[in-house]
Amino acid sequence: MKLKTKDGGWSPYLAGALVGLLAIASVYATTQIIGKTNYLGASTTFVRAAGFLEKMVSAQYVAANEYFKKEKVRVDWQFMLVIGIFFGALISSLTDKSFKIENVPPTWEERFGPSIGMRAMGAFLGGIVAMIGARMADGCPSGHGLSGMMQLSVSSFLALAMFFGAGVIVANLLYKRRSS
Amino acid sequence: MTIDQLLGLITGIVFGFLLQKGRVLRFDKQVGAMLLQDMTIFKFMLSAILVGMVGINLMSDLGILTLSHKPMNMGAVIIGGALFGAGWAVMGFCPGTSIGALGEGRWHAVFAIIGMIAGAAIYAELYPFFKSTVLAWKDFGKIGLPEVTGISKWVIIPLFWAAVIALFIFFEKKKV
Repeated sequence: MKLKTKDGGWSPYLAGALVGLLAIASVYATTQIIGKTNYLGASTTFVRAAGFLEKMVSAQYVAANEYFKKEKVRVDWQFMLVIGIFFGALISSLTDKSFKIENVPPTWEERFGPSIGMRAMGAFLGGIVAMIGARMADGCPSGHGLSGMMQLSVSSFLALAMFFGAGVIVANLLYKRRSS
Repeated sequence: MTIDQLLGLITGIVFGFLLQKGRVLRFDKQVGAMLLQDMTIFKFMLSAILVGMVGINLMSDLGILTLSHKPMNMGAVIIGGALFGAGWAVMGFCPGTSIGALGEGRWHAVFAIIGMIAGAAIYAELYPFFKSTVLAWKDFGKIGLPEVTGISKWVIIPLFWAAVIALFIFFEKKKV
């Protein structure tokens, strides 16, 4: 098995197994140091980011909202984890020269053309629907897909099946080349 | 910065580094998996799960940590999961990878990020409605596979490993 891919990346088996080790180290470290076991996740941070933005308009409104009260609008461990992902990807891509300014992804362009406006609209609307879904299901591919599956949570097996099941159907409807 | 924020930042940097090295941040990899043409993200996620599963369950048995299952709220997981999957296919990123994609120069991920923040704000508005409907339908609570099936986790985990390894062999044969 090759440890490196053609473009200088690492084998997904290797990089993935290292994320498994990171997850183990992270739950251990948070339990020992903070006294609370934190599992990898990302989607709750988007709720907190929305809360911070709304606070700039009306702090009272955010303080009175039931969901913001439940999730607590603050910069916590996971919020910093999500910020860290940005820097980790930046460091990795700059050092192996895979950093690339991309306006529209190739698969999208093949189907919908090079318009940035179209891509922006798709990403924005897709983002809205996906986040409503992630909050309802109480997790995303990190929280359910990685952390929940590692714990053998019943809800995560179902969530991951739904994520991919719906994803496969919609992706095939959207991007599959028509053979005509 | 508090200690938990610092710990989160360091963990995130390593996480983002590995996501980028595995080349799983890209729109084309995520959509490629949904089109069943490029299995990179399956290989990556399942490898992480295989390794993490052993360590986390071992630590749980040793009393080092407590598991934290997400609630098996049937209606919410099914409907929410389907909505997520549909949005994911259009957006081409998930919440964690959108931030990473921005880090590797795929700046169009910013539209996905803005959309997801808007989605979170909308969810916060609709939460009282969901709480009395979707979230209240069929909640089985925070349950794990070993408790539900009555099968020891140390039987389930080797079976899971065997199934995933078989899948990996299949991927390599098909060269996907």
